[in-house]
Amino acid sequence: MPVVTPSPRIVIVGASLAGLRTAEAIKAALPEARIVLVGRETHRPYNRPPLSKDAIAALAASPADIKDVFGKLLLRSKLTPQDAELRLGCVATGMREGQLILADGSRINADWIVAASGLSPRRLPLTGAQDRRYVLRSFEDAQRLALALRRSARMVVIGGGFIGCEIAATARSLGLHVDLVETEPQPMLRALGSRVAAAMAAWHRRHGVRIHAGRTVSDFAADHVVLDDGDRLEADVIVEALGALPNVGWLEGSGADLSDGVLTDDRMIAKGVETLLAVGDVARFPNSLFDGVPRRTEHWCVPGQTARRAAETISAITTGREPSAGFAPMPSFWSDQYGLRLQSYGAPVLADSQSVIAGDLAQIGEGPVIVEYRRAGQPVAITGIGAPPATLASHATRLTRALSSPVTA
Amino acid sequence: MRIEVDRDACLLHGQCVIAAPELFSFGTAGDLVWIAEPGEGLRAEAEAAADACPEQAIVIT
Ligand SMILES: Cc1cc2nc3c(=O)[nH]c(=O)nc-3n(C[C@H](O)[C@H](O)[C@H](O)COP(=O)(O)OP(=O)(O)OC[C@H]3O[C@@H](n4cnc5c(N)ncnc54)[C@H](O)[C@@H]3O)c2cc1C
Ligand code: SF4
Repeated sequence: MPVVTPSPRIVIVGASLAGLRTAEAIKAALPEARIVLVGRETHRPYNRPPLSKDAIAALAASPADIKDVFGKLLLRSKLTPQDAELRLGCVATGMREGQLILADGSRINADWIVAASGLSPRRLPLTGAQDRRYVLRSFEDAQRLALALRRSARMVVIGGGFIGCEIAATARSLGLHVDLVETEPQPMLRALGSRVAAAMAAWHRRHGVRIHAGRTVSDFAADHVVLDDGDRLEADVIVEALGALPNVGWLEGSGADLSDGVLTDDRMIAKGVETLLAVGDVARFPNSLFDGVPRRTEHWCVPGQTARRAAETISAITTGREPSAGFAPMPSFWSDQYGLRLQSYGAPVLADSQSVIAGDLAQIGEGPVIVEYRRAGQPVAITGIGAPPATLASHATRLTRALSSPVTA
Repeated sequence: MRIEVDRDACLLHGQCVIAAPELFSFGTAGDLVWIAEPGEGLRAEAEAAADACPEQAIVIT
């Protein structure tokens, strides 16, 4: 059992959105807690979503404006330096009961350790073209990529997830030629389902992106990318947007289940290690809004939701209470592509059917479209494409009600 | 407690409306409306809305 003291020492690994929100939530729930926030990056916590959107465009337009661009990304914080110790440029390499181990060999004593270590971009296991290959997760990644965003340059985006599609859209707006390679039959297929994904693919084509669906990359040559069918795509800039892998190396041997991120219960406590919690992109947790199956969810809203839950758990146990039962946060995400806002509530990935409840998918960009996703006849998600926020919000409220009420079979 | 929203920063994501419907809502013209001076009892809801805003447009004092 965790040692129960009125002023527990809590060490959070990862000083990004999830780490910052956890420190703030713990401070609010347990003012006596002593908090250390350890982060590999040398920056104060900043916001990633603009990296694939406005931030790379702004950096491409004026590379000297690094300070300005970064200033807009910085996350506002309620924490004072007395509230939490921020150790930047500091890498966790391991943990033992009661201690976090750092790369320089030093140790920090901890009653609780919170994993907020997020993800790192996946890369293709191919050699070649190293100087022209880019990924996008950090501000440095964005700075490097922005320098390559020159008008008329030829870009190949490998991977048609949200980040790949947003980079493609931003690059087109800057006048690059863009080819997008996707293994699945459509970009964003898993996240949006076939009908919406097909409509979004058409939207990208309309903006001049050449989509190579159902294809993989087999080689990087001098000035082109070779696809599995032998097709060659000329490439000055190659973006590997193949998704990201959980940063869990430092938890190897801790006893936690690391098969996909850190498996936790609905209190955010890691299965197998009672003094370890996980939050944000790295956490695989059950959500009773759906089926209780643990899943990782890479949406911006999750760090805030899981941070508050983790803080509640720590403060409850510290003060001798049981954490409240059940955890049912509503997932949501948005994406901006060519000025078109995609906004989703719920879990479209769980759906077995989708129906357009307003507008026409053949006309996206012309008028609002709202799609409802159902599983076994029950609504599980709602997605708006260029839809008025007020209308979507009322659908989201209806969805929350439907998901919260007991299912009558 | 006072709630301010920077209307220039707000991109109408509506995350605040979902996070704290008792404080934030959309008006008939689709504009964001909120309770500017709610009671202390709603502080947790207000903080949740501020955290949920991707544009960091909500300031609570
Ligand atoms: C380009 C881009 C665009 C996005 N756009 C959207 C969007 O439009 N909508 C949306 O909903 N979501 C979007 N997201 C997702 C959103 O940004 C993430 O969900 C969010 O950043 C997750 O926060 P996190 O703190 O859990 O993880 P991260 O932000 O990944 O932070 C983890 C931190 O931990 C540090 N770390 C890792 N290992 C260690 C270690 N061993 N020791 C010390 N520190 C360590 C890392 O350096 C990093 O700073 C986007 C993400 C990216 C990259
Ligand atoms: S969440 Fe933020 S950006 Fe969205 S409507 Fe509310 S204040 Fe505006």
